[in-house]
Amino acid sequence: MENTNLKERILEISGVNPRKCMKCGKCSATCPNYDEMEYHPHQFVDMVEKGNIEPLMASESLWTCLSCFACVERCPRSVEPAKLIEAVRLAVIRAQGGNHLKPQDIPDKLDDELPQQAIVSAFRKYSK
Amino acid sequence: MQRIGVFVCWCGSNIAGTVDVKQVAEMLKHEPGVVFSTDYQYMCSESGQNLIKDAIKEYDLTGVVVCSCSPRMHENTFRKAAASVGLNPYMVEIANIREQCSWIHKDMPVGTAKAVILGRAAVAKVHLNAPLTAGESPVAKRALVIGGGIAGIQTALDIAEAGFPVDIVEKSPTIGGKMAQLDKTFPTLDCAACILTPKMVEAAQQEKINIYAYSEVDSVKGFVGNFDVTIRRKARFVKEDLCTGCGLCTEKCPMKKVPNEFNCGMDNRSAIYIPFAQAVPKVATIDASYCIKKKTGKCGLCSTVCGVGAIDYDQKDEFIEQKYGAIVVATGFEPISVEKFDEFAYSQSPDVVTSLEYERLMNAAGPTSGTLLRPSDKQHPHTIVFVQCVGSRCDAKNEKGKQYCSKVCCMYTAKHAMLTREKYPDTDVYVFYIDVRTPGKNFDEFYRRAVEDYGVHYIKGMVGKVVPENGKLKVQASDLLANEQLHIDADMVVLAAAIEPDKSARPLATMLTASMDTNDFFTEAHPKLRPVESPTAGVFLSGMCQGPKDIPDTVSQASACAAKVIGLLSKDKLTGNPCVAHSDELLCNGCSSCEKVCPYGAITYADKEFRMPDRTTAVRRVAQVNPAVCQGCGACTVACPSGAMDLYGFSNQQIMAEVDAICK
Repeated sequence: MENTNLKERILEISGVNPRKCMKCGKCSATCPNYDEMEYHPHQFVDMVEKGNIEPLMASESLWTCLSCFACVERCPRSVEPAKLIEAVRLAVIRAQGGNHLKPQDIPDKLDDELPQQAIVSAFRKYSK
Repeated sequence: MQRIGVFVCWCGSNIAGTVDVKQVAEMLKHEPGVVFSTDYQYMCSESGQNLIKDAIKEYDLTGVVVCSCSPRMHENTFRKAAASVGLNPYMVEIANIREQCSWIHKDMPVGTAKAVILGRAAVAKVHLNAPLTAGESPVAKRALVIGGGIAGIQTALDIAEAGFPVDIVEKSPTIGGKMAQLDKTFPTLDCAACILTPKMVEAAQQEKINIYAYSEVDSVKGFVGNFDVTIRRKARFVKEDLCTGCGLCTEKCPMKKVPNEFNCGMDNRSAIYIPFAQAVPKVATIDASYCIKKKTGKCGLCSTVCGVGAIDYDQKDEFIEQKYGAIVVATGFEPISVEKFDEFAYSQSPDVVTSLEYERLMNAAGPTSGTLLRPSDKQHPHTIVFVQCVGSRCDAKNEKGKQYCSKVCCMYTAKHAMLTREKYPDTDVYVFYIDVRTPGKNFDEFYRRAVEDYGVHYIKGMVGKVVPENGKLKVQASDLLANEQLHIDADMVVLAAAIEPDKSARPLATMLTASMDTNDFFTEAHPKLRPVESPTAGVFLSGMCQGPKDIPDTVSQASACAAKVIGLLSKDKLTGNPCVAHSDELLCNGCSSCEKVCPYGAITYADKEFRMPDRTTAVRRVAQVNPAVCQGCGACTVACPSGAMDLYGFSNQQIMAEVDAICK
């Protein structure tokens, strides 16, 4: 089950130390998109620590995370789960070798209701 | 030339594991002046000490070097051994080859080489050692207890019981501390006031105890056995000896809108007030920042109604100077401010309260007279959510919280949950926990009773956010065991705020030159073996000021602390430390640098007549050290620009000899 190389890469990309987690669950308690996620923030931390990363890479949860960083803000142990989710997402994107969002696609997608933060987050989420 | 013996200790494998002790002994044998060198498994054992004693006699040693652990551990042991066979104890030097060598190295050759160098430095120092004799100083047989909470009260009672006079200095108008604000106490659920107030009264009635309430320590000078303390008695604007505590003034006072700190600001008191019914001393105090008379000069109603003429608007702070042999710190704690945790909406809704506020809401003497009503609309809450570890157990990078476990929250939350369910069985009570920590006599049984007999819902997880909405508190939390996110419509949320040392502790520590940790808890002399003493001689620690603890632990520590104080006060004389500073008057240029840096006030200046070369005399201002006050810290020797200040036992020459030996 454990994939050491992959785990090391995720930790390197994210700069997160999942061992700091004390399993309080505040990240998942604070998550505004909890119900849409198959794996919740605290599970990401736990599964990365165990090296159980392939199921995360295959999960829709990677894309349903809003990158709102509420879990990062409120984690009492400074674990920063959203950065870990982002790192797994990047691992997927890099493996596929393609950006899912190119800057030139942006003007077509613009809409007055869309907050700028969402565009910034989308860049974080969908491109290398 | 000295005749020096070198004794290398293995400390089992503590030293011998990374230092080749036999080689160290062999190498040091060839140092100048060394006439004997050996190694042994445990030099501190009786047979180890005998080895040293026998060698001193057999080889007629004039100096001893023990290569072992830190001098803090066993310097005294080896000095005593030397003294018992007639060698001056200050001819013994320790080379620390454990803490500063074997424990921090992994590589045997590296450790061995360093141990040899450290041993060589000690040998070089011994060559310049001279026999020293310790002086004696008397002990003032009176103790000062700073803080009048349960810790301070218990320590004072125990010291007084042994026959020594004790003064309690308490900064608020009454003794009693935080315990006076508590409702019931875990795990027996006896009422806090019922067990505390008799102790407060006992302290007031005990002839040997003198309570300075509404007072603060202004300055501390001196040293163990001889502290000179100035106590500032803050002006109450009420004559303490005349006031009968009848309370008429508090009823008549027109300024009734002062937040009542005893009820955590959840109700109001008058500007002239008695904190609570059982206050000791039961004397009124005028809060000058709210008193109309003090602010505008008009009113004076309290003075008019007072039957004994106790009101004195012109009262000034009074200063009392007293000598003490021992000082006990019992400054206690405060809950941290939870306002910075935005997610819990403490600043947004009055129905989000801290556990101490909840304690007042449950208490018969509290703002709701003991009926549990939520602060916003004075209605019975039907769903209450308790959140544990608010600000406790945080990462070092987290600026809002503390890294430590506050220790008392698990138990008082179980108590709150249980009492709520007992009084109001129609109330749903949720407790969100990370871990439930209940080590203590009858503690886990208590927590299980809350779950099993009272039906408190314990949920493993944390609350993520609280949103006040339509008179409810929308609580979003995780249930980790069910892998669910929960949404609860609560009427009240209770936050178990982390605790931190009282704000007065830091400036007090500076005054006492007592050390603190990064959290501002006082440091004990040894975490296991000297838990109630500060490393500063004559300063003792009682209660929460040393670390989080509950009432049973606090009372135990308070009594332990008293035992240590009694041990000190029952001595007539204390043997001093002969390693004190002295000034070479011929070199001193009278600059006062040493006087300014001395933390003990041991240095004074005097004009002295000196004979000059041409048969004339000149008067010069020179430094003089009071050896009874000097603690040998060496600050003056470093500050002195002319090299006139020197320390017996650690002379500039000796230290340079050590450096030379290391750099050879």
